[in-house]
Amino acid sequence: METGKTRNKIIIYTVLTLLAALMLMPFAWMVFASFKSNNEVFSLPMRLLPREWHFENYKLIWEKIPLMTFFKNTTKLTVITTLIQVFTSCFAAYGFAKVNFKGRDLLFVVYVTTIAVPWQVYMVPQFALMGKLGLTNSHLGLILMQAFSAFGVFLMRQFMMSIPTELLEAARIDGLTEYGIFFRIALPLAKPGIATLVIFTFVNIWNDFMGPLIYLNSTELKTIQLGIRMFITQYGAEYALIMAASVLSLIPVLVIFILCQKWFVEGITAGGVKG
Amino acid sequence: MTSKRKRAIRTNLIGYSFVVPNFIGYFVFIFLPVCFSFVLSVMEWDGSDVPMKFVGLKNFVKLFGDSTFQISLKNTLWYAVFTVPLTLVAALAVAILLNSKIKGIVVYRTAFFFPYVASLVAVGAVWNMLFQPEFGPINELLRFIGIENPPKWCASTDWAMWVIIIVSVWKYMGYYMVVYLAALQGISKDLYEAAGIDGATGWKKIRYITIPMLTPTTFFVVIMLTIQCFKVFDLIYVMTGGGPGRSTNVLVNHIYNAAFVDYKFGYASASALVLFAIVLIITLVQMRGEKKFTDFV
Repeated sequence: METGKTRNKIIIYTVLTLLAALMLMPFAWMVFASFKSNNEVFSLPMRLLPREWHFENYKLIWEKIPLMTFFKNTTKLTVITTLIQVFTSCFAAYGFAKVNFKGRDLLFVVYVTTIAVPWQVYMVPQFALMGKLGLTNSHLGLILMQAFSAFGVFLMRQFMMSIPTELLEAARIDGLTEYGIFFRIALPLAKPGIATLVIFTFVNIWNDFMGPLIYLNSTELKTIQLGIRMFITQYGAEYALIMAASVLSLIPVLVIFILCQKWFVEGITAGGVKG
Repeated sequence: MTSKRKRAIRTNLIGYSFVVPNFIGYFVFIFLPVCFSFVLSVMEWDGSDVPMKFVGLKNFVKLFGDSTFQISLKNTLWYAVFTVPLTLVAALAVAILLNSKIKGIVVYRTAFFFPYVASLVAVGAVWNMLFQPEFGPINELLRFIGIENPPKWCASTDWAMWVIIIVSVWKYMGYYMVVYLAALQGISKDLYEAAGIDGATGWKKIRYITIPMLTPTTFFVVIMLTIQCFKVFDLIYVMTGGGPGRSTNVLVNHIYNAAFVDYKFGYASASALVLFAIVLIITLVQMRGEKKFTDFV
């Protein structure tokens, strides 16, 4: 019985380790290819590790394309969009969860209904509207388009709902205004929700491709994803450099992911399994 | 004015003040465009200053006679029919393995989940190299194990969609694995113990306890995955561009091309409404199912 259990454990570990290695294989290939010469990337017989390490690829890539500009643009878009998203969502979520105003339930139904509408359904009229407002090919347009998702409000409302109303009542009796209650009680208690929303918004905006693809034409406005895409179409044969740029674009997300994995998991669980 | 009424007005004003910053942005940039997409679908407009023209159902008539649209719909269905079950089975299998009280679960979970947060542009570029027909490592491996003429993958109309399906499963299974893991941890240990006393072993426990207990989660995962499949675009755009030929052209490619390549905004909106109708049907199925499962649990 005991040996059977040990055998099972060994099998499980082996299978999991092999599968995990398979999952990470493309990233390993990416990293090692980024240190190869362009010729070596596709030379036969194939090998994972470079014959010679071309560290200068990581210097060259900054000179070939305005990578710094792309990084700055992406950071700017990501930070501003995330801030607006989190602040307005928390505000609205508190209103929906804890203030019994007229028309609240109807308004919330409207919000929830639009969550079910994929962005791809209304991206064309949205783009036309932005065009009328003169906001296409601008960062502002892209920020406004992504900063007010109904999903953020919905997610934060879930967290705000779990705050006991008696606690808020007590604060009211102590003389706090509604805004004081929001900032000093509700917001601190909703921290796990905020962390989740920040992480998901950050990663979504950082990785977004279709939004910038549609909205941004000028090179000096482009994001890192568009920049790499541009590099691939322009220098299709510079495989090693393409991989170097890809590695660089993944680093911020990797760092965030490793630091905040807990919130990712909680976010998926909160938004998902509830059913 | 009574004090009660005064208080109600005050509450209303406070409520609106909380909601209004989000609501203005939401109303202008999301709600209006959603409504506007219905209007646009019966118009002819190139997005310029030339005013739009009402054309009735012409866009829809044209849409269903358009062979590119038919192919894109067929491709999207084909993609979903394979991606949904493959991702689901992979996610469930890994979740069950991870749930068997092993050490280092965080390390494994990180490995399986990381593809989900990696950008599609970077991931698409590396998979394109791995699947490169002449010199790519995958075909090299296939030749090594004795397959003389391995597929041309993204350069072949028969295989390009399979590349997209494989990469999708790889990328998205980590997300649903986390969903399954959470659900697995919610299954009571007593059930397994009782089954153990009755003589059930590993596979039987999975077959007769785990899988039935996970039915609501599986239902939820199928719905989420199906909707996600109908929205696929980025991965295809960066890996195959919808080609070769029209072999990986999907619904969102069709909307994108109509709007931002051909500047037929009305026609694009009509195609987008087809996507909306499909997602709506799936959502209605979900709402019905949710009722059923809450009764059941």
